[in-house]
Amino acid sequence: MPDPIVPPRISRAEVAHLAHLARLAVTDDELDLFARQLDIILTSVARVADVAAADIPPTSHAVAMTNVFRPDRTRPSLPREAVLAGAPAVEDDKFRVPRILSDEA
Amino acid sequence: MTELTALTAAGTAASIAAGDVSAVEVAQAHLDRIEAVDGRVHAFLHIDAEGALRAARDVDARRAAGQALGPLAGVPLAMKDVVVTQGLPTTAGSKILEGWLPPYDATISARVKAAGLVMLGKTNMDEFAMGSSTENSAYGPTHNPWDLSKIPGGSGGGSAAALAAYEAPLAIGTDTGGSIRQPAAVTGTVGAKPTYGGVSRYGLIALASSLDQAGPCARTVLDAALLHEVIGGHDPCDSTSIAQPVPPVVAAARRGANGDLKGVRVGVVRELAGGGDAAAYGGGGGYQAGVLASFDAAVHTLRELGAEVVEVGCPHFEYALAAYYLILPSECSSNLARFDSVRYGMRVGDDGTRSLEEVMSLTREAGFGPEVKRRIIIGTYALSSGYYDAYYGQAQKVRTLIARDFAAAFERADVLVSPTSPFVAFGIGERIEDPMAMYVNDLCTLPASLAGTPAISVPCGLSDGLPVGLQVMAPALADDRCYRVAAAFEAATEQFRPPAGVLA
Repeated sequence: MPDPIVPPRISRAEVAHLAHLARLAVTDDELDLFARQLDIILTSVARVADVAAADIPPTSHAVAMTNVFRPDRTRPSLPREAVLAGAPAVEDDKFRVPRILSDEA
Repeated sequence: MTELTALTAAGTAASIAAGDVSAVEVAQAHLDRIEAVDGRVHAFLHIDAEGALRAARDVDARRAAGQALGPLAGVPLAMKDVVVTQGLPTTAGSKILEGWLPPYDATISARVKAAGLVMLGKTNMDEFAMGSSTENSAYGPTHNPWDLSKIPGGSGGGSAAALAAYEAPLAIGTDTGGSIRQPAAVTGTVGAKPTYGGVSRYGLIALASSLDQAGPCARTVLDAALLHEVIGGHDPCDSTSIAQPVPPVVAAARRGANGDLKGVRVGVVRELAGGGDAAAYGGGGGYQAGVLASFDAAVHTLRELGAEVVEVGCPHFEYALAAYYLILPSECSSNLARFDSVRYGMRVGDDGTRSLEEVMSLTREAGFGPEVKRRIIIGTYALSSGYYDAYYGQAQKVRTLIARDFAAAFERADVLVSPTSPFVAFGIGERIEDPMAMYVNDLCTLPASLAGTPAISVPCGLSDGLPVGLQVMAPALADDRCYRVAAAFEAATEQFRPPAGVLA
């Protein structure tokens, strides 16, 4: 049995942390709004803890299936230029990204 | 509206096959209709007149050459913008994908093209299919052809409005928690969510992978069934695709149209017939009285058609809303991580001084709308270490309890019925500030989504002059039962058309 859920009182700081984890540079106004709304939403959804007991298995598909395979045949991939055509920045036939390492690294 | 745009898909295909009209004439009539009314409806995000006429010419050429045509060859179709279409803009209603041209076709795009359907364009939707009103589109709302001040439902409001406005006889929708069925209900059209795994998800921009299911939208049950058979069936590119034949939905729709439901057991789901969560979150209203009155009249009609009506209890359905709004944000927060400003779409703030992480965060902040951010943050929370079991894990167990409720109910009934949505179309702007008031639109459609079972919405009446939908649910892989009962009901009721004056 999972621990009973303490009614979530989600703080502005917590929302800021979650936004950072999700790579969203949210504004101060959004933090205020989301903290208020998330508190209401999470309080509403926490009732899932009321019903499902430990002996209930989880479900994710209406038709049980395991180990789905398809024949392993080689086939052409998408043309490189077609894929790169949608990229925001390209260099030398590759995706160009901003620097990954910080200056100190 | 001309004669050609008023036809059903089945009627259109028959006219083209008989040579009474060309596919090009049909396509042009619909493009003209779009030109005339879509400025007011805004069902479409992108119109592909050139591609539509090319596809129509191809059908005409094949017919002239004596080739056999499929049952929907030459019929125009509107495609929801969440389905990728090679070389045609695909945004999923989001700024983050503005201008992106997919390098490949979704399986359903390829199947409708191969069947000779004529794709008119891409339809508006709530951003990444998150919403019940199409107000969350980054490109502005779609207006309900019954009353342009009202929402057309969501997330597939564009597809449903295109049908109701006679801009297309067929459309593709996707349904994660009701995004085919609820728009169908509030626009007086037909929409079916197949059994999960019945239609390939390959090339759908993912919202919640364990729930997303594409399906047909139409103005008649038979038309929906014809499209269902075109897009359905196993696809090796989708590991959740069911390796079984498509249920015989067209035969079921034709059989149902004779109006005989003798021997069919219809279960009315007590928990979806008023009260409950809708009363708690419905902005004070609960189920609208007019919706319940139309539903009661529909049950009476089913009884008159010979069905045996029983009441069934599904006690765990009241937890569906809570489970859904944990599972969906969790899966979408993971799925939408792919919008990383690297491989496709928008990139913001890449001025040479910022790191990849900073650019990614600025891009996602600029590219996503408020509902998307809200759900990503909730999902990130629900999947956090320490909360996973209590939230996502518990919610997946609730799905099992809901599936067991369905199984018990289907012991006593062949199909289950409920209103499709507790409400008729509400005013644009009325609920957008209150997420919980918006979420409750999906109250009746969520159980079948969570259990993965098929369901259809068919028009069943008007409340305050706005359409009400009847939902018919069936066990997994028995989609044909939905079509049979919906077709019988449709044959026994008047046809619901938007007031002619709205788009005159």
